[in-house]
This record gives sequence, structure tokens and C-alpha cells, in this order.
Amino acid sequence: MKYRPSEVVDFVVVGAGAAGGVVAKELSAAGFRVVVLEQGPYLREKDFTHDEIHYVRHQGLTNDQKQQPVTFRRSENEPAVNFKAIAYGRQVGGGTVHFAANYWRFHESDFVERSSWGAIPGTAFADWPLRYADLEPHYAKAERDMGVSGLAGANPFDSPRSGPYPLPPMPVKSSGVLFDRGARKLGLHPYPAPVAILSQPYHGRGACTHCGYCQWFGCEMRAKSSTLATVIPMAEKTGRCEVRPNSYARRIQMARDGRVTGVVYFDARRREVLQRAKAVVVCANGVETPRLLLMSKTNRFPHGLANSSGMLGKCLMWDNSAGVQCVFEHPLNDYKGIRATRVLQDYYDCDPKRGFYGGGAMDARFGSFPASFGLGGLPPDVPRWGAEFKKALAWYFPRTMMIVGHSPSLPMERNNVTLDPAVKDAWGLPAARITFDYHADDVKCAKWLWQKQIEILEAAGAKKVWGKLNEKPGMSVHLMGTCRMGHDARTSVVNAFSQSHDVKNLFLVDGSNFVTSARQQPTATIQALAYRASGYMIEAARRGEL
Amino acid sequence: MSISRRDLALGLMGLASAEELAAAWQHAHDAAAGGTKLEYLSAADASEIEALVSQIIPSDDTPGAKEAGAVYFIDRALASWDRGQREVYRAGLADLQQRRRAAFPLSASIAGLASEQAVALLQGIETTPFFEALRTHTILGFSGPPSYGGNRGKVGWTHIGVEDKMIFEPPFGYYDAEGTR
Repeated sequence: MKYRPSEVVDFVVVGAGAAGGVVAKELSAAGFRVVVLEQGPYLREKDFTHDEIHYVRHQGLTNDQKQQPVTFRRSENEPAVNFKAIAYGRQVGGGTVHFAANYWRFHESDFVERSSWGAIPGTAFADWPLRYADLEPHYAKAERDMGVSGLAGANPFDSPRSGPYPLPPMPVKSSGVLFDRGARKLGLHPYPAPVAILSQPYHGRGACTHCGYCQWFGCEMRAKSSTLATVIPMAEKTGRCEVRPNSYARRIQMARDGRVTGVVYFDARRREVLQRAKAVVVCANGVETPRLLLMSKTNRFPHGLANSSGMLGKCLMWDNSAGVQCVFEHPLNDYKGIRATRVLQDYYDCDPKRGFYGGGAMDARFGSFPASFGLGGLPPDVPRWGAEFKKALAWYFPRTMMIVGHSPSLPMERNNVTLDPAVKDAWGLPAARITFDYHADDVKCAKWLWQKQIEILEAAGAKKVWGKLNEKPGMSVHLMGTCRMGHDARTSVVNAFSQSHDVKNLFLVDGSNFVTSARQQPTATIQALAYRASGYMIEAARRGEL
Repeated sequence: MSISRRDLALGLMGLASAEELAAAWQHAHDAAAGGTKLEYLSAADASEIEALVSQIIPSDDTPGAKEAGAVYFIDRALASWDRGQREVYRAGLADLQQRRRAAFPLSASIAGLASEQAVALLQGIETTPFFEALRTHTILGFSGPPSYGGNRGKVGWTHIGVEDKMIFEPPFGYYDAEGTR
């Protein structure tokens, strides 16, 4: 399906990632004409390889810092420097193409943490405007559409599910077995990781063959349940959806009546094109969505489109995760198979006795691909080169694994996305300027969880445990909070259906909607929100409200 | 390495189609790059760099960076995707030669040094950007993708016990096999 840009389609969607893919499929399946603008290329399975330098070292499936510089500072008092502080998937399928595919639902408690914990001074800590029960059917739909493998009932801390996972869990790896062993010794409850990867053939796609090249790579086998492999082909099959790659949105067009009328983008030859539409859905991620709105300011919205609240771009939350590595006596060969096969959520909920806000979850996973392991995977007491280094590579690589702890990042207005006043990207657009630093509780929680990770590894019989806990923010791959949802138009950007409070035919659907960060792994929730928002859009459009 | 009959049989059992598997295998593994033609480095510099990478990952009872073709990996990197490091190499190597002449006045080249002498020389520059670039490239050239000119014969992967396959079947390691024994 191809539309002419001058044609007024029903919806133009910006971004073909986790959320955009879902929205495109839902809207086109409901009979609407949809154009999806994706800034990155349309890669196919045949384009993917196991090239560790391209995909891991150069993060070839993410935003290119040379073309689209991001600037970073820890507070507004310091100058922003050129630093790739955030990474997102930049192709059709977005981050779901290269993610590790952890697919966790949030818990009932995540949506009401402010009510149960109380206020946290200096933060914008709040309840969500919806509850887990509102999202549950959408989580279930997402799991079915994508193809998620897991074992319902195995995690005693899960919130209620309406049904089982569509596919049985992936086979456990040695890292999972050891994690299981250590955790159970401590009376904890590890369970098979829910992952968006096929353990069996599903919807015409083959099962995972355990090649091991998941995180940072695209799956050649279509076994990873990216939107590229799942809902995007479904959308295209309706005959009503055009996915237009290499189309980089630069401005949302607004009419005098206060409604948006389309999106101006750069095509592959860097010509400006206006795609007209009755409604606009921005699914560009927690950094690019606010950036596009900030670049779309009008007389009516001088501080960014749909920003009457002043909250646009604020409350950016970070991927707060830390890995502890360890080595065991016998080979695990953890490079085989998917990244993580066991998860633990015993420490998920907040507990006032700890003295800080937050809780944590963790997963047992493969550490580093071969060359990356040589560069930085060995413990600090091993020589960095020479005969001993070479010997250590051979001994450690097959025997090493890690536990990654995932903990929250509190929403604070001081952490935000703004337009850099000086730095431009290769298209001449202002760079995204990230201002971010952790809240003291974020650091306390990560440190506390770190100790729990070590306890489990020691209980499992690890011969040596090592790692480094960074107290300064590194690179975040979970981009959340910058167009937060809420009932009150004065303190939030969108309503509980991801609809702009200010502009009725504008929807912002992605991690930017998150009110709190839960314990990371946002993809399942981004997609559940996208299903919910799509249903609302379909009804509103049918009523003629858009 | 090619797809085995067994892999194909697995494919036919419905894991994925045999054609899909064959195609995936092909494109997942760009042809390994071989040859000893230099694109950027002079033969003399290449010989010196080879002597250095041979100290970072030495050849002993198993192949090291030399057999992996790390120097060809470096040559190609400097000729293409890592041109930005050329100056680091040029300045770094010049500095190292000066250090060599000062420490071992009778020597004619790094390649001509005894192993202990080369080690001592490298120990003197361990905190320099040149050493960091050299170490990084040596490791990438040892166990990185063979399509970049290094990891020849997959010696780097063999060294760390990595089998280059598209399909594995559980159990993968010692501990997940325990339950099945």
C-alpha cells in the first residue's frame, strides 16, 4: 500500500517501534488508512548478521551519535557535552529488533506506589491514572500477538493473569540453573524468564534455534518477537497501512482550529514532505517524542506542542541496572541460547524498613560476546594482556555469567529532554539535550539490590564474583516519563489513553507515558498501553471525534 | 563450517524451514576475509605491530593474535572503519621506537627484540592511548568477526570454546546438563 503525502489518511504514526507497530496494526485492522513514518531503514532478516563489531561495539541498530548527536549534562548548571546518553532502536521494528526480549508485566503495586508509599520530596512521584486491571487484557493481547514464552503461575509475585503465556518457557541455561540453585537456598522464588522469543513455532514463524545472538542483534530466524516480525507484517497485510522508512519527522503540523493536520518529515533525500492525516500518533520513544513536540512549537504552544502543563520532556527516567559477574568451576557455555532464562522478583515491592524508596528485580544472563568479553569481561585481578590474559580468556569465557539487577529511577522534573541551543544534527535540527542525575534513593536501591545479587551468586557456589556499580549515569536504553499520563491536564501531558490533554487528535504513545519506572523492562507495558490507546482511538474515530 | 545434515533435519522438523536455515546461515556469516595484502600500513610498520600484538595475545601451545591475523585486522580497520585511530598509531609507534632506541640501543626493530624486551617496552606504555588502541584492536582481531580480516580459522573463538553454529540444542553447559543426567 502506498499513499500520496497530499492524501489525507486517517492516521499518521511517527515511529515503527514497540508502540508504533502495535498502533499501526490495530488501526489498519480496524479499517483505517495508516501511514507510519520511520526515521530508520527497513531492514529484513537477510540484512542481519552476527557481526559483533557492527552490532555490539558500534550499536549498529541504534541511533548514530555522529548523525544525530545527543548532548548530556547531570544538571542544568553544567555545560552539556556530546555523549550518547540514550540509545534507541532506529529501524522498522525499533528497539524490539535488538532488545534482549525480557517481557515482564508491571505489577498491581506499580500503578499505585505513590498512594502506598507516600510523597517523596523533590520528585514528581505519582500514581498512574490507570490500574493493572485496566491493562491486563492488553498485556494478554500483546503476549498473543507477539508470541511470548513463559510459565504462568511460576512467579508468586506476579499480578493476576487472565490466561497462560501463549508459548511454554525457553529451555533453562546453566546460568539459570545456578541462579535457581542459589536463590532457592536463600528461600527465594526464581522462575522462567518471560521473553518475547518463540520456544515453539508460532503464527508461521519458526522456533528459536538458540544461536545466542539476541541482544543488540536482529534475529535472522524471526524467532525474536519484534514488531518487525509480528504486528508490522500484519498491518501491511490489511492493505491499508504503509510503512515509510527513512522518513525523519521534523514537525507536527497544526491548523488554526487547534487540531493537528499532519507531520512534516525529511524523506530519504532530505526533502521536506508533509503527510496529511486526520490524526497524529507519535510513538517515537521517550526522548524523540518530546523532542518532536518541542520542535513543533506554535504561537498557541510557545513551549512545545501540547505542553500547556509545562511537563513535556520532564521526568525522564533512566534504565537503572547493574550487572554482577561471576565464574563457576565448570563450563556454562552461556553464549548459547537466549540472554536470560531465569528472573526473580522477591524484592520487587517497596519496604519502608529499607529506609529508601524502591525495590528490585533481577535476571540471570549471559555476560558478553566473545570480543567484548576480552575487552572488559574479565575480573580486575586478571592481567589485561600477555600469556596470563590469554589463559584467562579461555578459562573464564565459558564459565562466566552475570546477574543483572533492575531497580527504579524516580521521576524528577530536573531530569529532562530539551532542545540543545547550539548543537544540530545532520539535518540541521536541534540535538536532544539530556539532563539527568539519579535521586539518592535510586542509588541506595541499586546498591542494596547489588548486595542481594552477590548473596545469590555466593549461595550458588560461585568461585569469584566481580563487577562495578556505577553511581554516575551511563547510557540508558529505557526511555521513560517525558510525556507522562495523568487525569490532571495541569500536571500531565496525556490522559490515561495516551491522548494529548491539549490537542484531541494527537496521541503520544510510548515509554514517555510512564508515570513511574517500575523495575525496568518497559516493553510489555509500552505495548499494552499501545493496545489500550489504539482501542480508544478506534472508538473515537468511529464516533467522528478525531 | 556448513549446515550439518542434522541441522537440516531439525529444520525440517519445524523449527524453521531448511531454506530459511540455509539462508540465515549464509547471511549470518559473511565470508571470512583472508590474504596478506596491506591496505594502509607499510610492511615495516606491520611487522612492528605484529610483534606487539604477539605480546598482547601470545602464541604458545595454541594460536595467538599473530595466527589470528590481528595485524591484518588492524590494517583494514585503519584503512576503513577506524581511520580516526591513524594518528594514534603513527604517534604511538614513533614514540615506542624512540623508547626502544633509548632502552635497547643495539636493537634495530621491535620485531627484532627478545620477548622480555618487547614486554618491558609495552609495560612502559600501558596507560597510553596507543596501547589502548592496540589492545582493543588485538582483541577484536583475535576473537571478533572473521569478516574483518582477523580471527582467521576462527582461532580466537576456538580458544575460548565458542562453536560457530546457528543452531544449538540444550543442554548447553555443565549445570543445565546435570538435571538431565
